[in-house]
Amino acid sequence: MSGSAVLPAAEVRAVPSAFDVAVLALARDLRLAFRKREQLIQPLAFFAIVTTLFPLAITPRLAQLREVAPGVLWVGALLASLLALEFLFRDDAQDGTLEQYALSGRSLTWLLFAKTAAHWLLTGVPLALVAPLAAGALGAPAASLPSIIAPVAVGTLALSLLGAIGAALTLGVKRSGVLLSLITLPLAVPILIFGARATELAIAGESFVAPLELLGAFAVLGLTLAPLAAAAAVRISLE
Amino acid sequence: MTWTWFHRLGSPPHIYRLATRLTPWFAWPAALIIVAALYGGLVLAPPDYQQGDGFRMVYVHAPCAWMSLMVYTTLAVASAVGLIWRMKVAYAVAASCAPIGASFTAAALMTGMLFGRPMWGTYWAWDPQLTFELVLLFIYLGYMGLRSSFDDPQRADRASSMLAVVGFIDVPIIHFSTTWWNSLHQAPSVLRFGKPTIALPMLIPLLMMLLGFTLYFVAILLVRLRGEILRRERSASWLREAIVS
Repeated sequence: MSGSAVLPAAEVRAVPSAFDVAVLALARDLRLAFRKREQLIQPLAFFAIVTTLFPLAITPRLAQLREVAPGVLWVGALLASLLALEFLFRDDAQDGTLEQYALSGRSLTWLLFAKTAAHWLLTGVPLALVAPLAAGALGAPAASLPSIIAPVAVGTLALSLLGAIGAALTLGVKRSGVLLSLITLPLAVPILIFGARATELAIAGESFVAPLELLGAFAVLGLTLAPLAAAAAVRISLE
Repeated sequence: MTWTWFHRLGSPPHIYRLATRLTPWFAWPAALIIVAALYGGLVLAPPDYQQGDGFRMVYVHAPCAWMSLMVYTTLAVASAVGLIWRMKVAYAVAASCAPIGASFTAAALMTGMLFGRPMWGTYWAWDPQLTFELVLLFIYLGYMGLRSSFDDPQRADRASSMLAVVGFIDVPIIHFSTTWWNSLHQAPSVLRFGKPTIALPMLIPLLMMLLGFTLYFVAILLVRLRGEILRRERSASWLREAIVS
């Protein structure tokens, strides 16, 4: 833990709530990530490269690219987020932090929720902010670009939550990257469908409330259940 | 007293004997019903007025598709029972279910493609049901991949069971989303045999096939379960006694 999450003495006596502990864990994860910047930048660079590959592979004509832009964006975002998921619990499992979390007597569910939230803030939100640029490069009209942020932000949140379960389940597995994709991607099909549809409508300048709400519903389901499942999965992996 | 039967389900020797005894009681009715239903479906049922004889693929395709979900439900329920009551036999049931379910799903996909050729003029169309079956196959493969990647069988059991339960919540959502997805892109292509217009001589063999396939699944499950118990209990003393006697 390198002393970064030591509680002030007064708070120890007051017994911080599960939520306070989760905020501390979140702050720790964010601080660690900003000290190791390559982990922040790599998913974004990956996303940029994947997005660049499509015009090279399909066609440079913007009119055609505009049609496939939602799919390209979402496949890229899904893979970039998944790439980062592999490291969601990996370092903490190796140096024993996760074990200490589990033994601390605090709610492991809340702690993992904090870690998942950190993952989303560190990969999902930057991806959502970069997605309009990529969409613009793929021929989406400039007026539609701001509305692309919301679907990607909500979709990556749902994906972080779903992926946290997969990352926790594959903790004990060597070279888990491919396995993590194999178990997470089929379950992420609804995110892809609703997300790509919302983006498609956003690029076309139409109302994308319906798919965004479905995406939000999936994210809310993840918010309520995924940390519980991830906590159970981490306990299985630590045994 | 009333719960004795439930607790006995947790005992591998009891289940092993029970599975041995019950297998023929499922296998034979399954064989008889499937043969009768095939005769009813392939010979007795009249050809469809639109699809001709091509519709008869339904008698294999629909039961396979039905079983792909039914087996996943069994798998998820067994997994949940295993996680909640720490029941070894339930994990063995879940482990036995996965390859059966994956095979049914693959069969549903293949028969669906053979069905698609005369109906749609192409083997593969991104029909929502067919796409859903494909995703379901990936889910089965992911489950089996996760299970086989652990060295410790107990961890494999618990981790894969967790995944099965998570998948069970997600599968209806995937089904809904694929249906919703395709209805946006194109009108539901060609046939939906589930409509109430299906004639009785066509429907009865279909229902018999569903029953026959379900019984067949139980029979295969019992056989696989015995194999699974043998493998897991290979060093147990009851097994030595059972084999020697």
